[in-house]
Amino acid sequence: MFEGELLGVFALTWQAAVMLGLGGLLIYLGIAKQVEPVLLVPIGMGVILANVPLGGLTEAGGLLAVLRKAGIDTQLFPLLIFIGVGAMIDFGSLLERPYTVFLGAAAQFGIFGTFFLAYFLGDGGLRLFDFSFNDAISIGIIGSADGPTSIYVATMLGSKYTPAIVVAAYSYMALVPIIQPPIMRALTTEAERRLAMPTRAQKVSRRTRVLFPIVTILVVGLIAPKATPLIGTLMFGNLLRESRVLERLSQAAQNEMANIVTILLGLTVGGMMVARDFLRLETIMIYVMGVVAFALGTAAGLILGKGMYLASGKRINPLIGAAGISAFPMCARVVQRVGLEANPQNHLLMHAAGANTAGQIASVVAGGAALVLAPFFA
Amino acid sequence: MAEHIVEAPAPGKILRVHVEEGKRVAAGDRICVLEALKMELPIVAPVGGTVKALHMSPGQTVEAGDPLAVIEASP
Repeated sequence: MFEGELLGVFALTWQAAVMLGLGGLLIYLGIAKQVEPVLLVPIGMGVILANVPLGGLTEAGGLLAVLRKAGIDTQLFPLLIFIGVGAMIDFGSLLERPYTVFLGAAAQFGIFGTFFLAYFLGDGGLRLFDFSFNDAISIGIIGSADGPTSIYVATMLGSKYTPAIVVAAYSYMALVPIIQPPIMRALTTEAERRLAMPTRAQKVSRRTRVLFPIVTILVVGLIAPKATPLIGTLMFGNLLRESRVLERLSQAAQNEMANIVTILLGLTVGGMMVARDFLRLETIMIYVMGVVAFALGTAAGLILGKGMYLASGKRINPLIGAAGISAFPMCARVVQRVGLEANPQNHLLMHAAGANTAGQIASVVAGGAALVLAPFFA
Repeated sequence: MAEHIVEAPAPGKILRVHVEEGKRVAAGDRICVLEALKMELPIVAPVGGTVKALHMSPGQTVEAGDPLAVIEASP
């Protein structure tokens, strides 16, 4: 007993050893393979710190426990991140092409499709896995491809799988360039992918850009009030950017604040991954469902894209629908790459960015809608 | 003689210019590389011909739709 208190090595269970290996793997992926290093390295280190025996970081008063209580349980971290994200995003590409908003909305189908599947496998049907109604919604939200929204919804609904869901959401965002192209090629024809779209778009005025965040808060807030914290912080950040008189604050939100909160958020999320909660069959299943969520969202965006292609008289390239899931700007880049492959003159980047930023708003609205609807069914 | 204006497909920064005024290019030759959303976009000649004018230099920022080069098509 005495040795156990002093020497952690005697208290090391095989489960904790597996978690230490997993933390090492995340750090390896981040540094050697450059898979979302900004997140995976802090998360990986959080996992290691939480699973070194007798370190006490996750016990009451320990660093990771304090951070979790202050930043995750209160929703503070994801909301602060959203101020930074809002300041980073140029919604011009969306405002210049308002029709892309529908592509962003369509791609949220991944959330609902995956929710039904998770609920059916869990408490709503087969009972193969321990997925309650609220867990199923939280798993579906992985399909929003939006890290802060995933954290927000999963913790608001009190899902016991929050860490697994968050890590799945972030790791699949990094894997977008691998997950999306095969689906894009399968659902579109060569002729569709070759279609180039006009480079010039209607310019939007500064007044529109300034009014946009304010109007969006009011419209979304009045329709889906539970989304107000998310859309409010996102659009506040965007107002800092678009006001053009708050350059200092806008830069601080994008850089200093976003970076500091990312460090704390990564460590804390990693610190939530302790062997007891993480090493179970459900975790693996959540990873599987995460791919399903991303694939369904991509497919739904592409299918609406094909509808728009036909309805527009073949002027809209259906590929941009794949950018409707909100992993920004990864999805827009993937669309650009796949379009360019089919036709070296075809630069879809800005069109895809329109759908991509629309997806960012749509995923917040979908998250808010899920929070509103959940209590009625659970 | 048809003139083709090569336009910037996205707002961004010109990283490299691969052609010179007065030189011949073939269809598909790289004209320049534009960086947008931290991604490098290779801009290629839509037709073969002579580069009649260049409206960019490395490091310059451009808006979507800005003319980058004018190519006079020739067989």
